[in-house]
Amino acid sequence: MTLPEPTSSQIAGTRRDFLRDAAGVVLGATLARSPLARAAALPASRKVVVVTFGGGARDQETFAPEGQENVPNMLRDLIPRATFFTQVVNRGILGHYVATASLATGAYETINNFASLPPENPTAFEYYRKERKRPSSDTWVVAPSNGFNRIGESNHRSYGAGLGARVILPKHLLAAAISRGHADYEHLLRDNYETPYFTPDLAGNEFELQQLETLLKLSVDDFKAHARTLSSPDELSVYIAKRLMRQVAPSLLWITMHDIDIAHAGTYSLYVEGIRRTDRLCSEIWKAIESEPEYAGKTTLLILPDFGRDADTDPGGNGFQHHRTGDVLSRTTWLIAIGPGIREGVVHDRAVDSVDLVPTIGSILKFSASQSEGKPIGEIL
Amino acid sequence: MLPSELKAEQFNSYAPQAKALVTQNLSVFRELPLSFLPGLLREIIDYDYKFPAERRSLDKEVANLARLSQEERRQWLDGFVKIKLSSELERFDWVNSPAKFIEQLSDHLWTTHQLDAFRLAATQYADRLHEAVTAEAPMIPRLGIAVIGQGVESYDRPLFRKLRPHGAYFSRVNPENGLRILLDAAAGRAKEHSERYAHWYIDGGDPAEHDALLTCVSYGGLEPVRAVLLRNMHAEIERPGMGPEMLRTLMAGWRPSDLAMKSTGDPVLDRFQVRLLTEGSGTQIFSTSFTQWAAREALRRAEPVTLVVRFAPRQRQKTMNEMLASGGEHLELDPLGSLVDADMGAYYNWLNQQRLPGADRAAFVAWFEDHNSAVVIGPSVPRGTESNERLDMNKLLSWIV
Repeated sequence: MTLPEPTSSQIAGTRRDFLRDAAGVVLGATLARSPLARAAALPASRKVVVVTFGGGARDQETFAPEGQENVPNMLRDLIPRATFFTQVVNRGILGHYVATASLATGAYETINNFASLPPENPTAFEYYRKERKRPSSDTWVVAPSNGFNRIGESNHRSYGAGLGARVILPKHLLAAAISRGHADYEHLLRDNYETPYFTPDLAGNEFELQQLETLLKLSVDDFKAHARTLSSPDELSVYIAKRLMRQVAPSLLWITMHDIDIAHAGTYSLYVEGIRRTDRLCSEIWKAIESEPEYAGKTTLLILPDFGRDADTDPGGNGFQHHRTGDVLSRTTWLIAIGPGIREGVVHDRAVDSVDLVPTIGSILKFSASQSEGKPIGEIL
Repeated sequence: MLPSELKAEQFNSYAPQAKALVTQNLSVFRELPLSFLPGLLREIIDYDYKFPAERRSLDKEVANLARLSQEERRQWLDGFVKIKLSSELERFDWVNSPAKFIEQLSDHLWTTHQLDAFRLAATQYADRLHEAVTAEAPMIPRLGIAVIGQGVESYDRPLFRKLRPHGAYFSRVNPENGLRILLDAAAGRAKEHSERYAHWYIDGGDPAEHDALLTCVSYGGLEPVRAVLLRNMHAEIERPGMGPEMLRTLMAGWRPSDLAMKSTGDPVLDRFQVRLLTEGSGTQIFSTSFTQWAAREALRRAEPVTLVVRFAPRQRQKTMNEMLASGGEHLELDPLGSLVDADMGAYYNWLNQQRLPGADRAAFVAWFEDHNSAVVIGPSVPRGTESNERLDMNKLLSWIV
């Protein structure tokens, strides 16, 4: 029996049809509006929040018809107000750290996914800080602890040292806060699912525990008490991100989710549970943006998976469990863009590249992503 | 070293039958591209520990390569020839460590953006091989059975959603003696058509009483092996400089004796079981992952004509390090989560069964253990249908067997 693989455009078409039915969205190509008029309506000071819907979620568990039950919050709260791209293609290496680094640099990185290495190309944070002469406090990354500690700053000789984002690793922070006896927190310290036994030495621009109090105005005791009420590492990340937004209000905030990657353990129920949690957290992030005076009305939220996962029909893989085959489903994802000046309830089918993200952020925050391999996504500028 | 430089004595570390297969075909192997040959050697190096179906398949593939003219071989492997390899890969000892070479080749393909080209070459080669080498039809139509939901008292969401479009859904199955009837049906097939490794029973817990003619693998039965494996993994993780790739390579080299496995007297099956634990992902800690992976590997490698797979509850999720560290103490189980895992696992079992020869005649049953719902798929079963007829398991099986 031949089990045909879907093509990228088929995947895109399925998403579009479903969204049209479910959320009343329209096809982007049918709309036309003057870009000059749109620019005139935008606030002068803009911010960008990027959320990677990770690590690795497939179409059929998110925006395909059968996946709708897993993303009710985004469908209800975000899609009707967003421009949705049905076909975001990742042509790079499908490992979470290297793929996220590629998203952050706008160039396909080839660094070892499992090593504690900085990206080789300049990150969006470096472009922004160097060109706009912004302080380090204006760009932040909130990331799962393992491996992602170097993502804020490249080793590019024209950028790099001192120009990157500050990085918070909430799990690392929690581990430091609970120096001993952490039975109440074990669920928040879940590890890298792809390589559960690997914990790299932490190095780079890390957030220090004492800065909880000075920067986030949060005592260690309060942090620990609140952490007890949370159920997963990504919930901890979003809690810290919201605190950052309130106390520091960076112009460029990058939040990397990772709960979904439990799929590597082969347990479908936990994978789907991770998607549902991430869906809820994305909606919470948008609500925080709308309610924070520093963000409301001037922030663009961009949500996209770092990549998908293997198709059920690819004999080289084992379905949802991994992202090893490089098949169409594992390379094709989606993008939600929401914020001032972005058309609401619109779907675009054309293929965009995942390295287009950084030039797009550059157009919003007025920097030139000169080394990026991508180009700005015109429909949301 | 390049394939053209191969010599027979370089294969001295291979087991006898593997060595014989290589040396008899050395002149052919010398003409194969380096991006292709180690993938073949990775299979051949374990030839002595492979199931009969795998051996037959390898024999046919090698014979086919030998049968091709030089020009035909060039056409078949053109996509592989065009893959650019590094000098490090050329220097690698791929004769003795083909699996490790493949890991490094995979890294190389990703980082040099040649993965798609390799994937295309591999697909084209597989398609040609599929056409050139006649697949052996199974001696009887295959029968797959998936039993899911052990320990779940009630579940009000729809089950078998991915399987239902391919067959008939029954909502009033009498569950009495259901498992017994299914295992007896498997045993009956084994008695009538006895061939080694043709009839399997995989259990995610401790196996139910079953006929000795069934090749049995169970998560419960491997408990002592898993305990040693987890201890070994922890010891290795503690070693300075140990990283995930090194650990994976190390684990892939572990044999039954490294894990203090009590031999079943069947070295092929012993090694198969160890590989489920050393090469699977999540199989060491979650019984549902183990069960699905064991079924996938049994189908892919042994190509059984009968496969009964019974999922059991897995442990509740904890931190990954905790789960890896747990050592046989009482585990808190997650029956509902396990049911969802197994529902998807049953679908994967069917997909994997349908990849084998004879798919058009194959049949499949998935049943919610001790409950009334089941789905049946087979050539004579109308697709996407539902029935509320009251029937027992024997009657249900009569639809397809």
